[in-house]
Amino acid sequence: MNGKAEYFRNRDWKTMGDGILMKLTDVFRDVFADDSLVLSRETTAMDIDGWDSLVHITLMLSVQRAFHVRLSALEMSQLQNIGALIELLHSKGR
Amino acid sequence: MGDELLAELSWLPKAPEDFSERCNALIGSEGPQGERVRALASCALGENKLNRLSKVIDALRARPGAIHPLVPFRLGMTSNATTHYLASPLVATAARYGIALECIEGEFDQSLQESLDPDSAINRARPDAVLLALDYRGLHLHPMPGDAAGARRAIAAALDQLGAIRNGFKGNGDAICILQTLARPPETSFGSLDLALPGTPRHLIDGFNRGLAESLGGSQDFLLDVAGLAESIGLAEWHDPTLWNMGKIPFANKFLPVYADFVCRLIAALRGKSRRCLVLDLDNTLWGGVIGDDGLPGIILGQGDATGEAFLSVQRTALELRERGVVLAVCSKNDDETAREPFRNHPEMLLREHHVAIFQANWNDKATNIRAIAEALSLGLESMVLLDDSPVERGLVREILPEVAVPELPEDPALYARTLLAAGYFEAVSLSAEDRRRADIYRENALRIALKENVPSIDDYLRSLGTTIHFRPFDPLGRARTAQLINKSNQFNLTTRRYSEAQIERLENDPAFFTLQVRLTDSFGDNGMICAVICARNQEDWQIDTWLMSCRVLGRRVEDAVLDEIVRNARLQGIRRLTGTYLPTPRNKLVEEHYDRLGFDLLERADDGATRWELAVDKYLPRNPPITVARSERNGAGR
Repeated sequence: MNGKAEYFRNRDWKTMGDGILMKLTDVFRDVFADDSLVLSRETTAMDIDGWDSLVHITLMLSVQRAFHVRLSALEMSQLQNIGALIELLHSKGR
Repeated sequence: MGDELLAELSWLPKAPEDFSERCNALIGSEGPQGERVRALASCALGENKLNRLSKVIDALRARPGAIHPLVPFRLGMTSNATTHYLASPLVATAARYGIALECIEGEFDQSLQESLDPDSAINRARPDAVLLALDYRGLHLHPMPGDAAGARRAIAAALDQLGAIRNGFKGNGDAICILQTLARPPETSFGSLDLALPGTPRHLIDGFNRGLAESLGGSQDFLLDVAGLAESIGLAEWHDPTLWNMGKIPFANKFLPVYADFVCRLIAALRGKSRRCLVLDLDNTLWGGVIGDDGLPGIILGQGDATGEAFLSVQRTALELRERGVVLAVCSKNDDETAREPFRNHPEMLLREHHVAIFQANWNDKATNIRAIAEALSLGLESMVLLDDSPVERGLVREILPEVAVPELPEDPALYARTLLAAGYFEAVSLSAEDRRRADIYRENALRIALKENVPSIDDYLRSLGTTIHFRPFDPLGRARTAQLINKSNQFNLTTRRYSEAQIERLENDPAFFTLQVRLTDSFGDNGMICAVICARNQEDWQIDTWLMSCRVLGRRVEDAVLDEIVRNARLQGIRRLTGTYLPTPRNKLVEEHYDRLGFDLLERADDGATRWELAVDKYLPRNPPITVARSERNGAGR
């Protein structure tokens, strides 16, 4: 039983993850005013010009608005890369 | 209040789809770009779009003359909370009010030091004003439930501290201060008792706000009632504990756009840029229904009916604005006499002719009329606001007179007044005796003024509407609506002949008649069936028995498209001549010159004012209005 649920979640996760990544890219382009910005699961704050702690909050608020979720301060501060953000959003049912 | 209205700035039109392309284009353009910046800023922009536009403004400011004609204003900002997220939205929003704003941020929680040090960043900048964006959490207003004397001392001490800051900026920076009231937290400690018990957070903050408001008398400082804004939105929505904990962010960022608008409308008011004249549409704006078609007993207005009361509230709001010095005008597509009738004879009307300075009821476009109203009142177009339920009219005035403020309105007339007031067009920083008198200065009483030429660019606007006209002969599907139009239309109706559904049904299959039912669609949606035509064949003539149209689509060259279509069909059927008749009624003066305007020649004029006209089909040049034509064929009146 468990294995089967796991299998479907993983399969779902693959396609869901792509959808989330696309939507995240739109949000990032909006916040950084850069229509050519490209994201991958490995992207970190170091890779994007101007992604400092102040912009991070704007970013997180825009993400929350776009995905209709609410994130706690801990969740917002612990993210290591875009992959972790996708996982977090997915875990909230997005 | 429904936080969407305020959070989304619902009275502003939506941002264009290509917003970011337009931003990029502004940066790349030569010459002054202020007007285009202002146009973009006048859309409902969220936080990210405001940030983007503020970057454009910063880039333009670096180039001499590029931000013209926006006028500079330098705003110092100091707070015991994070101001970082305020500056960019303020800069972009100020452009909405014609202001090129420059923000100088003080150090975090250093308000007193910034004000007392003549060499601080804010004082050195010699700002026009300093915004003291204080948060309750940074003042020493600690709860002391039940301690009335302690509470009084704490409030006085906090006001004293603020007084010292105000004096500092006045003495060292020669600046006036904009003082925020404190938005109290939504949490209570005792519950309802918090209001009555001295020393609760609610009691302390209410006391501080009241004291702050009273301290303004005799000073040059101004109040920004953030407490009032936050309460309108909902305190639990306004305060976001997560954001405060993370970065001392004083309120939820989704309210940055409306906060910025509140600040900027106040700055605009300081600069004398508040609006002064409210121009009112009539049908479906001041009452429900169309006076020209429904008549005095048919319009919806008055107590006892939810819709009637909604329109009363619009009128009440207009009257209250007039009391405080806003000039009222009327601009409506109507016959003058018909439009004035409710003002004179409807028992429920609150607005009367003597409340209205200029009364423009005619069939010209509203842009031309509003320009004439502004000139007659010696006001700039920047002083005007138009309240109109029709999205097409709103779009036209915005397009041709971008200086005029035209609020978007929701479907429900019960929300018209709230939306108009939420937009803050008439923000005032004081109420003078002159304001109270102004209504009486305009004693001309519903003056009617002559118009100059129409604005030429209307065709461009009509083209931008993407209008499509659909022609179909009468058919069973449209029969009920055709009958309704034929039996209800009074104003744009050449002969006012009424036909029953049964009679109309017979026309559908009678080859001796050519009929048209006409629909109109545009980028705002489907206007439905708006016109009907009946031509009767008489040898090589078509006699136009019936030609009527809904007044909602006046001024959009529908008549031109319809005549093109009639002539096109006449040619196909070998018709040589069209004849038309105008039969005057008390309601249809609007179309007295209809055939003359369309190039028909007068045949005869009867004693009762009825006229007959003719048009030679082979000499007719298509009028080709900027409207796309779609048609389904099959029609009678052939050989």
